[in-house]
Amino acid sequence: MKHLRSVNRKAVRIEQAVNDVVALQRNGVPQMPHFPLGCSLVFSPGWEADRSGGTAGLCQPVERDLFDCHIGCYWPAQVPDQLNHAPDWTAKCAAAQKDWRKMDLIFP
Amino acid sequence: MTAWAAREHHRFDAAGRPFVYLVPSAGIFELDAAAAGLLRALAERPRTREELSAFEDVDDAIAELARVQAIREVQEPPRPVAKVIPLAPVPLTTMVLNVTNQCNLSCTYCYEYGEDKIVDTENGKQPKFMTEETARDSVDFLLREAGTVAHITFFGGETLLNFPVLVKTVDYARRRAAEVGKQVDFSLTTNATLLKPEIIEFIADNHIGVTISIDGPKEVQDKFRVFNNGAGSYDLVAPKIRELLKRHRSRPIGARVTLTSANMDVTRIFRHLTDDIGFWEVGFAPVTTAAVRGHAISDAGYDRMLGQFRELAHEFLEAAVANRHHGFSNVNETLEELHKGVSKAYPCGAGLGLLGVATDGDVALCHRFAGSDAHKVGSVRDGIDRTAQSAFLEKHHIANKTDCSVCWARPLCSGGCYHEAHTRYGDTGHANLHYCEWIRGWTDVCLTIYGELAIRNPAFLARFEGDHEASQVS
Repeated sequence: MKHLRSVNRKAVRIEQAVNDVVALQRNGVPQMPHFPLGCSLVFSPGWEADRSGGTAGLCQPVERDLFDCHIGCYWPAQVPDQLNHAPDWTAKCAAAQKDWRKMDLIFP
Repeated sequence: MTAWAAREHHRFDAAGRPFVYLVPSAGIFELDAAAAGLLRALAERPRTREELSAFEDVDDAIAELARVQAIREVQEPPRPVAKVIPLAPVPLTTMVLNVTNQCNLSCTYCYEYGEDKIVDTENGKQPKFMTEETARDSVDFLLREAGTVAHITFFGGETLLNFPVLVKTVDYARRRAAEVGKQVDFSLTTNATLLKPEIIEFIADNHIGVTISIDGPKEVQDKFRVFNNGAGSYDLVAPKIRELLKRHRSRPIGARVTLTSANMDVTRIFRHLTDDIGFWEVGFAPVTTAAVRGHAISDAGYDRMLGQFRELAHEFLEAAVANRHHGFSNVNETLEELHKGVSKAYPCGAGLGLLGVATDGDVALCHRFAGSDAHKVGSVRDGIDRTAQSAFLEKHHIANKTDCSVCWARPLCSGGCYHEAHTRYGDTGHANLHYCEWIRGWTDVCLTIYGELAIRNPAFLARFEGDHEASQVS
């Protein structure tokens, strides 16, 4: 470097790191694994409404909301606690789009 | 159009040249005129490439500053530093053994017995003296948990009140360490009142490091460091310390001074303890106390203390340039950390590589919490409570201290002493906000000294290359 001179030991290490060709080829920030947390971060087309504004032509059933909001992200929806309180809540519901009526109400 | 902004840093001048201390990496770089001007301009506000074109060789200077992460492109979000908790188990390096919780002095500012005490040492559940058996269990515990080198620091109360157990422990630890193939090293802290020829012989023969708590010349020492009848201790300790210094030459003996609102003449205390008494080094620390106490140091007091520290630090600098020894240990310790470029997630080793053991064998974060159930992290018989330890590390990480997240001095300070925070704010995880200005001022002084030495006598800094022994315990 022409404009900077490393003085302490840490600076020497920083300089070695930035002169490391392999590290430079990584182009700055190393890529971190991507976890889509929260539905607002994921583009999931045809989920809430179809192209006409209704729900008849959705590419995914509206009932999918139940599981998406419940598992994929935090949403203060009225979904029971399946870990502790109501482990069998969806036991009778093999496929949400067909069997969603079989899911019981849960009373605390 | 590309625009640039400064990342966190602290600029300082030394020996007439500009330097930068990078945060949080703690790297120190000397800058040329172009880089210094550029960084100063960007510290005021973000600027576009066009606005910066007046600087000489601007593109290279920008590239270099960006590569060491002194600046960033404006649109690049600030990069949060990952909260990395040390992998357990962390090897234990230092065990502070509170061989007694009793003391023959009644220093009015004492954190252990005064108004700010944490543990009831008079009627509490802890025995007043550690038994030989507990001390042996502690040694076994240390040797189980330590790497190849283990330090034992004897502490109190007044350590020498339990000299018989100390003697047996040194003997036992040497024997056990040899059996398991580890090295063991000893130090102790004392108020010097009980030193006598046999004790001095033992300390010297066994190469035990000694730190003496003393506040300075007679009228200063006798203000707070008194017996329970109010009589000062200076006349008793001064000749004993001189005897110790004369006989014990194998390790440097340090003085450890407590500064209070009534006792702040740093330079005069330093002169007395080094020139008149003969200490090799002197370390100063402000008293740990609640803000309401009369001896607590006020904001103005911290300013005054900083001025005096600065004066003494410059004296240290001139000595270091001439390769002479100077015993101001506060500056020495900070220089070492600056040289290595430490960037701390935790203010000290407490709860990690350092633990304190109470008289009953309970293990606490450090000696200042020894015997406190709220700060217990195990016992020498049952080992370290890993759940309590990891909860402690999780809670006290610098990433949790929001106050510190905008401070350039956090790589060194990391929020400051847990015990101080507990005393001031009732919470070990609280940042010590009452001395932020002082810490930043002192870090700036030490950075200047460091920069001066890097230019005027770089060979001096080579002494910080290796690892050296643990610092004073106070």
